[in-house]
Amino acid sequence: MTPASIPALPRGVRTHFDRVRGLPVLLGPERVLMLDQIGRAVLAELDGVSNVRAISERLADKYEAPVAEIEGDVLEYLQDLAEKRLVDARDG
Amino acid sequence: MRGMADLPLAMLAELTHRCPLACPYCSNPLELSAKEAELSTEDWVRIFGQAADLGVLQLHLSGGEPASRRDLLDLVIAAREAGLYTNLITSGIGLTPKRLEALDEAGLDHIQLSVQGVTARMADHIGGYKGGFDRKMHVADHIARIGFPLTLNAVMHRQNLEDLPATLEMAVRLGARRIEVACVQFQGWALRNRSALQPTRDQVDQAKEVIRDAISTYRGQLVIDFVPPDYYSDFPKACMGGWGSTGLNVTPDGTVLPCHAAETIPGLVFENAKDKPLAEVWHDSPSFNAFRGTDWMPELCRTCDRRDVDFGGCRCQAMAILGDATATDPVCRKSPGRPLLDGLLAEETLPEVAPDLVYRRI
Ligand code: SF4
Ligand code: SF4
Repeated sequence: MTPASIPALPRGVRTHFDRVRGLPVLLGPERVLMLDQIGRAVLAELDGVSNVRAISERLADKYEAPVAEIEGDVLEYLQDLAEKRLVDARDG
Repeated sequence: MRGMADLPLAMLAELTHRCPLACPYCSNPLELSAKEAELSTEDWVRIFGQAADLGVLQLHLSGGEPASRRDLLDLVIAAREAGLYTNLITSGIGLTPKRLEALDEAGLDHIQLSVQGVTARMADHIGGYKGGFDRKMHVADHIARIGFPLTLNAVMHRQNLEDLPATLEMAVRLGARRIEVACVQFQGWALRNRSALQPTRDQVDQAKEVIRDAISTYRGQLVIDFVPPDYYSDFPKACMGGWGSTGLNVTPDGTVLPCHAAETIPGLVFENAKDKPLAEVWHDSPSFNAFRGTDWMPELCRTCDRRDVDFGGCRCQAMAILGDATATDPVCRKSPGRPLLDGLLAEETLPEVAPDLVYRRI
């Protein structure tokens, strides 16, 4: 995962609102991940077109935080999901 | 006992015990349900709805071979309508390209394809079904063509642990994102075949090394979930993530179980989903409450700092080996039952002991 990578949720991985527990979750093969506010914000930006840099800029704007800092967090978060094959990335 | 029980995240729906294969390591009970006893489509549809209302997020459609149910497509449609993440656990036999395409249309989320071996010779020997391997490979091609997310399920045992590297390569070749490599767990038919299937210590050590290397080789390409062989561990597995805490099983005739082997424990009375709503069973059934929390535990576990890690291990294993479902799992190094388990291991892995396989049959 680099700032130029374009991340997307692969088929079989989707966000879902758990109406019983009142929590947003990410569902994948044998995986249920509770999403915190950051996770939800990042995943909501995955559109299959934007690269990590663009996503980070939008989030930095939204949360009024420095892009460099946000980008570090976004990279780390998506890299972790990519290793679990819950996010795919292609080179932009 | 915990105040409000946790809610289940996953449900295993054993749609049928019918299966064209006859794997000697099958986890189904020795006494298999006949077709006539199976729940109807309407029963399952209602149960899926109740499961979603109870908090279940993931549904595993399993068996036997779920494709042996003619209504599989309707069941997948109903599961998706109930909002469940729907996973099909299959040997592939019976899934024609047309059926797969319809399942795709219905929104099936994921497929877990079991493999009995990496060569036709081994796979057909273990599955007890001639031509099964070739058919499965054909099904795998169509799964890849359609683009279903795929996990390969491989059960490893004394007769095939050497094929572990080839099994991992096969997963990559078939385009799987994930592989579950489970060393055989001794329940049901597998328990019956324990001495034929129990790996040797050398095999286990080698397998662990292969897995360690493979995890780094395949990082980002193939997710590897490895279930080590229980009897060679120092501490027991956290069976079901704790009894009655994260999942439940429904058998072909509608019996609701805390785990798939729970029926081997005498004295437990199980409810049927035809008679009672799942939520009631989950919260109030004496069988679900039997081993929740820590009150039931022997002193050894109740005072142990791992009691919230492994929950004293597997109840069915304590039953199977020690004849006492409330005992500490004999896999635990601290268990007074451990010497008995070690004795079994030593005896059953002697090179001259290799009994014939007993195939799973209705
Ligand atoms: S383990 Fe083998 S026999 Fe048992 S259900 Fe699966 S494919 Fe059928
Ligand atoms: S004593 Fe009981 S709780 Fe402690 S490790 Fe052994 S099985 Fe687990």
